[in-house]
Amino acid sequence: MIWYIIKRIGFAILTVLVVITIVFFLMNAIPGSPFLTEKSTPQQIELANIKYGLDKPLLVQLKNYIVNYLKGDFGTSLKMQEGAPVRDIIFRQGKFALSIKLGLISLALAVIIGIPIGCISAYKRGTWIDGLLRVVSTIGVAVPTFVLASELLITFAVNRTWFPVNSGSLTSFKSYVLPVLSLSFYYLCSIAKRTRTSMLDAINQDYIRTAKAKGVKTRWIIIKHALRNSLVPVVTYLGPVLAGIITGSLVVESTFGIPGLGRYFVQSILNRDYPIIMATTVILAVLVIFTNLLVDIAYKIIDPRINISSSEEI
Amino acid sequence: MSNKERHKLIEVNNLRKYFPVKVGFNKKQFVHAVEDVSMFIYKGETLGLVGESGCGKTTLGRTIIRLHKPTSGQIMYDETPIYDSEKKLYANMIPYRRKMQIIFQDPSASLDPRMTVGEIIGEALDIHKLYQGNKERKDRINSLLDSVGLNTEHSNRFPHEFSGGQQQRIGIARALAVEPEFIVCDEPISALDVSIQSQVVNMLEDLQEKLKLTYLFIAHDISVVRHISNRIGVMYLGSLIELTDSYELYKNPLHPYTKTLLSAVPLPDPEKNKTRNRIILEGDIPSPINPPSGCKFHTRCPYAKEKCSKVIPQLKEYENGHFVACHRVKEI
Repeated sequence: MIWYIIKRIGFAILTVLVVITIVFFLMNAIPGSPFLTEKSTPQQIELANIKYGLDKPLLVQLKNYIVNYLKGDFGTSLKMQEGAPVRDIIFRQGKFALSIKLGLISLALAVIIGIPIGCISAYKRGTWIDGLLRVVSTIGVAVPTFVLASELLITFAVNRTWFPVNSGSLTSFKSYVLPVLSLSFYYLCSIAKRTRTSMLDAINQDYIRTAKAKGVKTRWIIIKHALRNSLVPVVTYLGPVLAGIITGSLVVESTFGIPGLGRYFVQSILNRDYPIIMATTVILAVLVIFTNLLVDIAYKIIDPRINISSSEEI
Repeated sequence: MSNKERHKLIEVNNLRKYFPVKVGFNKKQFVHAVEDVSMFIYKGETLGLVGESGCGKTTLGRTIIRLHKPTSGQIMYDETPIYDSEKKLYANMIPYRRKMQIIFQDPSASLDPRMTVGEIIGEALDIHKLYQGNKERKDRINSLLDSVGLNTEHSNRFPHEFSGGQQQRIGIARALAVEPEFIVCDEPISALDVSIQSQVVNMLEDLQEKLKLTYLFIAHDISVVRHISNRIGVMYLGSLIELTDSYELYKNPLHPYTKTLLSAVPLPDPEKNKTRNRIILEGDIPSPINPPSGCKFHTRCPYAKEKCSKVIPQLKEYENGHFVACHRVKEI
C-alpha cells in the first residue's frame, strides 16, 4: 500500500511536468502578448520581453519554468499585479483558500444531502416521493449554474434582502448561503441520481434478501449492505467533481463577487499573464491528481475485493 | 408413528402470492405465482417440492418464511399464526427469523461481497444476540464453519475467494448460525457441480439428523428430491397438485402431470431409457398472468374433459396421506 502511494506520487510529478509542457506551448500558440496595448510601442514591448525573458527560445523558457518550479518559485505577475510574486497572489491574498473553502463546503453539502436523497429515492422507488425527487434532480442537472446563481441572487438578495448581494470574502454565515447553494446544486442532483441508480442495482441483489432472512432491520439493510455496495460509482464520480467544483466556481465567484481563484484564472488568461496561468494550471492539476489518488484509496476501503497494488504482482 | 399424531411445524392455508406487472401503458396485471396453496410440514421431516421452472416453488418457499409479503391466506408456525389475511395479522418476523431460515439457490450472489465470511455469519449472531463477549462470538463462528466442513481460518476471507461448493457451505453455516428449527432449501444444489451436489446433500442430511431440522427442499431435479425427502409436493403453475410420501409418489403417481414428470426422469440404463414409454406433453406452459380456468393443467392434459376447464379441483386426500387435485383421478 505504501509503495503503491509512493509510486503514484512519482507518476503524479511526471504528469504535472507533462501538463506544464502542454500548457506552456498552448499558451504561446495564442497570438498576442501581455504587453500589447494601444499605446505601447514596439520598443517598449521588446524591452518588456527582454526583462521577463520572453525573448529567449521557447525551449529555454520552458526549461527555466520547470527549474524554477522545482525550486518552488512561481515567478512574478507580468500584468495583473505587475511585479508581485505569483505565489503571494495565489496563496497569501487568500484566493486559493477562498476557492477551496467554497468548493469543499459545496462538495460536503452535495455529498451529505445527495447520497441520502438517492437512497430514499431508490428505496421508495415508484412512489410520489421518488417521482418528486427525480424531477427535482433532473431539473438540477439541467439548469446551468449561471441561471441558478442569478435567480437566487435576484430572488433572495435583491427582491428580498435576506442575503448580501456581494458575498465578498465570505466572512459571515449569510454570505455563504447563496454561493454554496448555487455551486453545489448541480453536483448534489447528479450525486443523488447516481446513488439512486447504483442503489437500485444493489437493492435487487440476492444478498439483500439474505440480510432480510437473517432478520436485519430494513434501515440497516440499506445502510450496511445496499449503500456500501453501491458507493463505488459515486466515489468514482467524486474525484472529478472535487476538481470541477473548485475550478468551476468561476461563474459563482463572478456572480457573487467573490475574489477567488476561479475568477482570477480566467482574468489571467484574458490578460496573457503567463506566470499566473501556469501556476493556476499546475495547482489544479495537482489537485485533480491528488483527489484521484484519494478516490483510489477510498475504493479499497469501500470494496475490500479491490486490490489496488495488484499491478505489481502480475 | 402415524401421520395424524405428528406435530405440524408449518401449516399453510389458501396461500396466495401475486406479483403486479405493468402491461402496456397504465394497465396493471398480476402474475399468479402461488395460487391457493394449502399444505403442512411435519416437524423433523423433509418436504420436497418439485415442478418445472416458473411454477412458483421458490415463491412459495420464500412466502412461507415471509421474505415475500403474501397476497392472502394464512401461515402458521408451530400452531401460531404469523400471517392471516382475514385477521390482518402480520406477526413481527424478527423473532421468527431465528427459527426459520433459508438457503439460497445462487451461493455467490447471496453473500454480501463486501463482508468477510466471519462478518456474514457474525451478523446473524449479532442481530439475535446469541453470544456473550467476543470470545464466544468467535468460537461460535468457528464451530459453525467447522460444522459445514470449512476451516476456521476461512473466516477472514471474502466470499469470492471460495468455490461454488464452499460458498454454499458458507450460506448453510450462515443459515445455521441462529439455530433454526426450519430451513427452506431453495434449490441449494442446482448451481453446483454434480460431484459437489452429493456432498452438500449428504451434509444437509447429516445436519438434519444432528440438529433435528425440518426442511422444505425445493428442487427441479426430481431424483435428488426423491433421495432426500420424506414427502414430495408437485407444483404446476402456482398450484400444488399432488402431495404424498416420496416412495408412494414414485410407485403410484395419480395426477397426470406427475406421471408426465416422472416419465421424463432419465434412467441410468440407456437401453431401458430408450424403450420406456415417455409421455410427451403438447404445447407450452400457459402464462401465469392469465392462467387457464378450472384445472390449470387442462390445456395440456390428455385426459381433460369439460368439467376440468370449468371447476378448479381441490387438493383432496385420495388415499391415506396421498393428496391430489384432479377431477378424474378415479377414472385414469
